[in-house]
This record gives sequence, structure tokens and C-alpha cells, in this order.
Amino acid sequence: MKNVLQLVWLIPLLPLIGFLINGLLRKQLSKSLTSIIGSGVILGSFVVSLLIFLQVKQGHTAVVNLFDFISVGKLSIPFSFQVDQLSSIFLLIITGVGFLIHVYSAAYMHEEEGQHYARYFAYLNLFVFSMLLLVLGSNYVIMFIGWEGVGLCSYLLIGYWFKNTEYTNAAKKAFVMNRIGDLGFLLAIFWLVNKFGTVTYSGVFEQVAAGAKTLDGSAAIVGITLLLFVGATGKSAQIPLYTWLPDAMAGPTPVSALIHAATMVTAGIYMIARSNILYTLAPFTQAIVAVIGLATAIFAATIALKQNDIKKVLAYSTVSQLGYMFLGLGVGAYTGAVFHVMTHAFFKALLFLGAGSVIHAMHHEQDIRKMGGLRKYLPITHITFLLGCIAIAGIPPFSGFFSKDEILAAAYGANKVYWVVGVITAGMTAFYMFRLYATTFLGQFRGGEQLHGHHPHESPAAMTIPLIVLAILSVIGGWVGIPEVLMPNAHSLEHFLDPIFAESAKHVHAHHLDHNTEYMLMGVSVGIAVIAIFYALGRFSKRPELAEPTGFGKVLANKWYVDELYNFIIVKPLNWLGKLLNNFVERDVLDWTVNGVGRLISYSSRQVRLLQSGQVGSYVLLMVLGILAFFVIQFFVKK
Amino acid sequence: MNIEYYIVLSIALFCIGIAGVLTRRNAIIIFMCIELMLNAVNLLLVAFSKMHHLKGVAANPNAGIDGQLFVFFIMVVAAAEVSVGLAIIVMMYRNVHSVDVNFLNRLKH
Repeated sequence: MKNVLQLVWLIPLLPLIGFLINGLLRKQLSKSLTSIIGSGVILGSFVVSLLIFLQVKQGHTAVVNLFDFISVGKLSIPFSFQVDQLSSIFLLIITGVGFLIHVYSAAYMHEEEGQHYARYFAYLNLFVFSMLLLVLGSNYVIMFIGWEGVGLCSYLLIGYWFKNTEYTNAAKKAFVMNRIGDLGFLLAIFWLVNKFGTVTYSGVFEQVAAGAKTLDGSAAIVGITLLLFVGATGKSAQIPLYTWLPDAMAGPTPVSALIHAATMVTAGIYMIARSNILYTLAPFTQAIVAVIGLATAIFAATIALKQNDIKKVLAYSTVSQLGYMFLGLGVGAYTGAVFHVMTHAFFKALLFLGAGSVIHAMHHEQDIRKMGGLRKYLPITHITFLLGCIAIAGIPPFSGFFSKDEILAAAYGANKVYWVVGVITAGMTAFYMFRLYATTFLGQFRGGEQLHGHHPHESPAAMTIPLIVLAILSVIGGWVGIPEVLMPNAHSLEHFLDPIFAESAKHVHAHHLDHNTEYMLMGVSVGIAVIAIFYALGRFSKRPELAEPTGFGKVLANKWYVDELYNFIIVKPLNWLGKLLNNFVERDVLDWTVNGVGRLISYSSRQVRLLQSGQVGSYVLLMVLGILAFFVIQFFVKK
Repeated sequence: MNIEYYIVLSIALFCIGIAGVLTRRNAIIIFMCIELMLNAVNLLLVAFSKMHHLKGVAANPNAGIDGQLFVFFIMVVAAAEVSVGLAIIVMMYRNVHSVDVNFLNRLKH
């Protein structure tokens, strides 16, 4: 059974085959066959991932070499997959949650025409393929291939309804911002090749571990880690490259669930977790990572307080939770960050799919001010959404509590200010999530106009079953990471991921908080969350916030005008520069030159044509002149 | 007699022939000038033939006879060419009732 690790290439291959079949045969396949193929390949990948996980759990890891990809001089970049604890966890998350979302999509996208339906599943499979490449790669280059692939698929899927210009603009924005981050990633790869002569994880990390004394805090390590982090800010939507994610809600809701909640945006965290030894040896970068993560967390939370589109609230919530994960990475709580990735995948996908169910029932209305009272009409969606909200608020024993608390405890150990800001953000998280819940599901139904007097009805089974599965996972998913204080030796996730972070652990003196401090921290964060929940429920269930926001609320509702700021500082100057270059360089210089060549040739051909007068006399004259010239030349050449 | 005199005469005749071909408009006059060019060449060939004969008659009584032989060839070619050319001119006259070569700029179209 140990040999199943050698079959790891099946995991990305199956979605790739699904992409090819659905993509090439999209006009011929029926909708049910498309969804079966699309979902079936992911299920296959999940089964293989599960088998591999069981093997890795027993301690068997491997680097499976497929073929020599780049071999230039002393630089060798093999195309190989690294099967170890970190990648197997991510494999399970990607294929597991991905499969549920595929099944959900089969029902959600049912209104689409046959070939567009198949196009959707093809892109979704391609996305899963790229994401799997990203986490399976055994070197930074394979990761980069997957990195670019998920960026591409994000663009394709956000702009899925391509006839709407607003949506395609959002897709373009996402891709361009991703690309800016990718430049940082590329520069980091080049620097790695320069400094270490290799980009494979084993090669780089062994060299770093061996030279730890000299490399600690050196310019090369700080530079490389900063550049990698720039890549992560683009992909995982941190300040300043986060504005694409709320706009990305233009895509279909299952896409938002898969890409912008559970998988693509977690690529940045995966990268930093994988490179943990580099980051441990660069405390300066770690501080920057923590500060930016924290700033993003609280900034996005403030914006979410005043959003009225159900998906926008969840989008800013995602940005905020990603900020938490980066905070965890920045203070050295690598396991905590990966744990939060896992629990966040569960409850955020649940929340997004629940929102999709609501949107579906409300005939594509997304404004929560036009909803309300849905708990009567959408019982399953209501219960699962509530469970997701409790999980994200961080109430024990739900999953969000354990992961968030681990990060907050590590933050407290690093810097008390981090912890304070983190707790305030947690309070805001609970508040806006329950504001969303209350406005959507409690109170009176305000959507009569939207539905022409009909009542909304619950979604089909293909949509509610994934909701139920994810709700169960959101409840129990945290139990793999119960901290020491509550139950000794119960943190199986930390035990599982030890080999990945072992090298880092050697260089860090871990701040172990005593048990009383930890109980107090837990109590404070849970207490604040509970207060925020009840305040939100009390305020919004009977009197939802229907009026337009004023004053400071208006600033928050307009996202602190960051988009307008970027527009003013970056987009307008670039457009101006582009116009300038177009008018002067392109038109006057280049076009003049190229057209000039054409003009020259037609002018000279007009002149030469005059030789053809049709008059025999001039032809004879030319013949005589030619012979004369010939003799003259012969005379002088002979000499 | 000096050979130079013959050369100069021949060149003069040839140039007059060329000038005539290039400038005259009447097709028959052009033919006459072509004949003039051919005869200039014949004259030169005969002159050189005599020169070589005088130089080499001691060794070979038939020295320099090639030039005069070649003249016969030229005369034959000239005769053939004239007959063909005059036939063409007659056809041309029958079609456009003129022997003006400037009339024949049909190649322009």
C-alpha cells in the first residue's frame, strides 16, 4: 500500500482529463454527463488523496519524479511531486471541498446553455488541476506554474458571463493584480537560483538549514522572503493588492466559494508555510507579514460592517480571515495558520454556498435589504448558514474557535498589541456575520417585489447536501487541533505537521504561555464574540438596516474609497502615459516609418514605370546605352 | 594605307547608323541605317583582313582570309533580316497605313 504514493500523478491528471473532455466536447455532451464527468474526476482525485493521506499519516513521504523539466548547466529543475504532510492536507482540502462544490454547481448552474455549462465545468476542472500542481510541486517553479494557472482560471471564471462588461472588467482587474504579485514571486525565484543554485524545496531548505548561522537575517533571505510575500499579497488579497477579491464576486457563487474562499487565495499561505525555514530566519519579513496581515484583517472587517450585498460581506470577510492567517504566519504559528486555512475552507465555502442557495431562491437578488425572514422558507440553508456563522465567529466547540484561538495565542506571545487588534477584529467578525444572518434570515420577508409575490423555496438536494456536509465539517473540523490547555496530547494536526516545521522550531524559542493566561485569552475572545453576536441579533433581527449609510458609515460602505484612490494614483497616470505614447511614439514615429517604407516603394515604382513608354525607339536607345556601358566597364575593369 | 584611317571611317559610319536608328521616324529609313551599320562592320573586317595578310603572307599565303569569309556571313544574315523586316513593314502599312514607328507604341497598353 506504500506504493500508492507513486500514483500521486493521478491526482492532477484526472481533473486535467475532465477539463479536456468537457472543454473539447462541450457542444456534444449533455448537461448531466458534463456534471458527472466534471465531478467524478474530482471524486477520483479525492479518493487517491485520501489513500495517500493515510499513508503519509504513518510517516511515509516521498518525492515522486516524473521527468526532467529544465536542465541547464548546473541548474536542474525536475518535474516532480512532493508528497508529504503539508501537501497531503492541502490535497484533501482541495479535492474534498472541490468535489462538494462541483456537485453544488451541477444544480446551481442548471439554467446555463449546454456548451456554456460544459465550459464552466471545464474551467473549474482546469482550476483544480492548477491548484493541485501548486501544492504538489516539489520546487518553486512547479508551484509557479500552478500559481499562474489558478490566476488564469480565476480570470476565466470571474468573467464567465462574458457578455457583461462589468464582470469582464472585474476579471481583468483580478488578473492584473495577481500578475503584479507574480512579478515578486518570479524575482524571488531568480534570486533563489542565484543564491542557492537550485529551486527544489529539499535543495534550498537543506542549504539554508546548513548555513543557518550565517544566513540568519541576511539580505538575501530577507529579500527573497519579502519578494515571495509580495507574490502572496497578490494571490491572497492582502493590502495593497486586495481590491480584486470583492470585485471577483461577479463570478458565479460556487466559483467564489471554491476559488476565493477555500483554495486559490490560500496559495499564498501554502507558499509561506512551505518556506517556513526561510521566514524563521528573516524576523524582519515576519514582522512585515504579521503587520500587513493584521492591518488587512481589521481594515476589511470595518468595510464588511456596512456592506449590503450578501457576497460582498463574505468577500471582505475572506480578506479579513486571510489577514488572520498571515498574522499567524508572521508570528511563527505555522501550524495555526494551516489549521485556519482548513477550518476557513470549511465554513467559508459553507457560507458562500449558503449565500448561493439564498441568491438562487431569491431569483438572483443579492441585496440583503430585500431579503429577510428566509428561515421559514429555506430551512436547511438557514440552519447550515447559522452553523457557519457560529463557526466563523469563533465559538467553541465549533472549528473556527480552535484555529483562531491558536493564532491569537501565538500573537499574544509575540506582541500584545497584535492580540488586542486581533480580538477587536474577531469581535467585528462576529458582529458583521450575525448582522448578515439576522438581516437575511430573521425578521419579515421583504422580497415580495423581487419574486412577484411568490415565496422562495428551498434549493434542490444537489445544493443542500454539500451544505450539510460542510456544516458538519465546520462543527467537528476543529477537533483535530484541540490545544494542550483543554485536552493534553489532542492536537493531532500539530503532531502531524511537525516534520514540516521541525527545522523552524529549532531556531525559535517558543513562548509558552502558562495555562491561566491561555484560559484568560480564550475567555476574552469568546466573550467579546458572544457579546457582539447578541448585540447584532438584537439590533438587526427586528429592525434591519435599510437606510442609506451616512457619515463615517458612508466611508465604510464605499470601502474607504481605496478603489478611487488606486484609480487616481495608478490607473489614470497609466492611461495618460499610454495615450501619450500612442499619439507621439506610435502614430508619429512608428507608423510614419512603416508607412514611409510603403510610400517610398510606391513612389519609386511609379518613376520606374515611366520607362515603359511603349515607344520602340526609346527601347532601342536603352539597349545601345546598355551595350555602351558594358564596354566602358569592361575597359576599366580590365585595366 | 594606315589602318587607323579605315578604323575611323568605320566608326564614323557606325555612329551615323546608330544615330539614324535612334532618331528617324520612318521605318524604311531605320532599316537603311541598320544596313549602314552592318556595312561599316564589313568595311572594318575587310581592312583588318588585309592588314593581317600583309603581315603574315611570308609564312602563309592564305593569312588573314578569315575576315573576308566572315564578311560573307554578315552579308547573308543582312539579306535574310532585311527580307523579314520589310515583310513586317508591309504588314504594318496594311494595318495602319503609315510607316511611322511612333505610331507603334501599343506596348504601352
